[in-house]
Amino acid sequence: MSDLEYLRRALPMVGAEPAILDDTRIAHVVAHGHRILSHRTVPGVRVELEETPDAIIGKLIVEAGAQITQPIHMCFGLAHPTGVQQIKIDVVICEGAQARVLSHCLFPFARAAEHRMQAVMEIGPGASLTYTEGHYHGPHGGMRVLPHATIKIGPGARYFSDFSLLSGSVGTLDIDYLVKVEADGLAELSAKIFAHKTDHITLKEAVMLRGERSRSLIKTRVVLEDQAQADIVGITEAYAKGARGHVDCMEIVQGRAHASAIPIVRVFHPEAKVTHEAAIGSVDKKELETLMARGMSPEQAVEMIVSGILR
Amino acid sequence: MPVPLLDIAALTFEADHHPILDRLDLSIQPGEIHALLGANGSGKTTLAYVLMGCEGYVPSGGRILFNGADLLPLKMYERARLGLTLAWQEPARFEGVTVREYLSLGKPDFDPAPALKQVGLDPDRYLNRRVDKSLSGGERHRIELASVLSMNPKLAILDEPSAGIDMLSIAHIIGIIRAVKAGGGSVILITHQEEVALIADRASQLCAGRIIFSGSPRDAVDHFRGRTCVRCDGEVCNYVRP
Repeated sequence: MSDLEYLRRALPMVGAEPAILDDTRIAHVVAHGHRILSHRTVPGVRVELEETPDAIIGKLIVEAGAQITQPIHMCFGLAHPTGVQQIKIDVVICEGAQARVLSHCLFPFARAAEHRMQAVMEIGPGASLTYTEGHYHGPHGGMRVLPHATIKIGPGARYFSDFSLLSGSVGTLDIDYLVKVEADGLAELSAKIFAHKTDHITLKEAVMLRGERSRSLIKTRVVLEDQAQADIVGITEAYAKGARGHVDCMEIVQGRAHASAIPIVRVFHPEAKVTHEAAIGSVDKKELETLMARGMSPEQAVEMIVSGILR
Repeated sequence: MPVPLLDIAALTFEADHHPILDRLDLSIQPGEIHALLGANGSGKTTLAYVLMGCEGYVPSGGRILFNGADLLPLKMYERARLGLTLAWQEPARFEGVTVREYLSLGKPDFDPAPALKQVGLDPDRYLNRRVDKSLSGGERHRIELASVLSMNPKLAILDEPSAGIDMLSIAHIIGIIRAVKAGGGSVILITHQEEVALIADRASQLCAGRIIFSGSPRDAVDHFRGRTCVRCDGEVCNYVRP
């Protein structure tokens, strides 16, 4: 079976249908290691990619005013137990454009592999980007993933991101995002991760509310079991009048797992406001007892509560 | 006298060596709606938690028979599987869980729509909503009662089911309580609202962890209002004597 076929077959693990790669109305990129196996563009979308020995380097540009109705699929991965993949990509959503990117990161056989992503995203004035990132790292826990990104959100622009890693092992995950929001801009960052065994998560998301009336939400939901570990840092700094930010982190810890959550909020303008909430602990006792009072066993109740939190 | 569905004898529960339930006796007949009245802190909610087997509510003495079975050795979900359930005064909220999932409790073939209709909520509007903070207090209360109805329980303990419900909707709540009875179930109805208490078949007044009066709902309400508690002489259950 070809590497492309392996990756196609892994797409359902992140909730995507393999048939999307055959649909001529849908833009896509499929990269295995440092090779581009398939790509397609649609009107309004430009993809410029270059294969190099140690990285794929490129740009994804959505032209000014373009309204891309179908999501753009970016499928990265390795079909082998070992290897390295490094992606350096600039995503530019030009003024007034609107697009949705679904990024699928597939490492179904990973035993000692690494994926590095270095992205710079620029969302132009009045533009909107919804960036949904689904990961599957296989069952073995041998994956090391380091997505680092700087996201610049222009005046009146909107950025929504949703990172999820809900099945299989995480391995080592080190996310580092820096988001800068200009006047009237909006950033909503959501991450949902279910970690097991010896998985180790480091998640740092920092939002700088630089413009007047800029707004942000960082929402993190992490469930840990066995001996998994998570260190979550959510930073929001507000520098301008009317800026509003909120950091919301919840970690459910089971077994011998352990977790930390550090919300850091800083305000540099008297008319800005940033709030935070963080909760770490076992499953909420009242929720658990409510379900058990309806006849669910503790195991069934925990499963229902956890699946809701990670939805 | 028929065999009671619930038979509580000399039930004692202490917190920090302070008796919250003090050798409490109470029996509930099959199909009976029994209202529990009493001042704040008289032990009504504690009794509900002890009956349901909530964590930290293990009695230090006494006996609870439910349908002839000793409840005390049983875990909470085992009690629920016998047909006992509890609707909390402040129902829990569940992030991400839909009303459909909450009412179905993992049973894929269960149709939750009839229970929602019974509590006056349109299934088309509510089944796919989440049981989280997007629901108002009144909506959450109704969904809690729908989940009780979905169980078709033998005994439902309803802790202030009309709290936070607008007065126009009280009739719905009363209808739900009667629906449990119509389904063959009994209800322990903890309430501070006279209008709701009066639908009961019998009522009891608690004071300092013990039943101090049982009778018709009208008589129990009058007893409570009359500040004639022989146990505390008005000091505990009525705060201030007239």
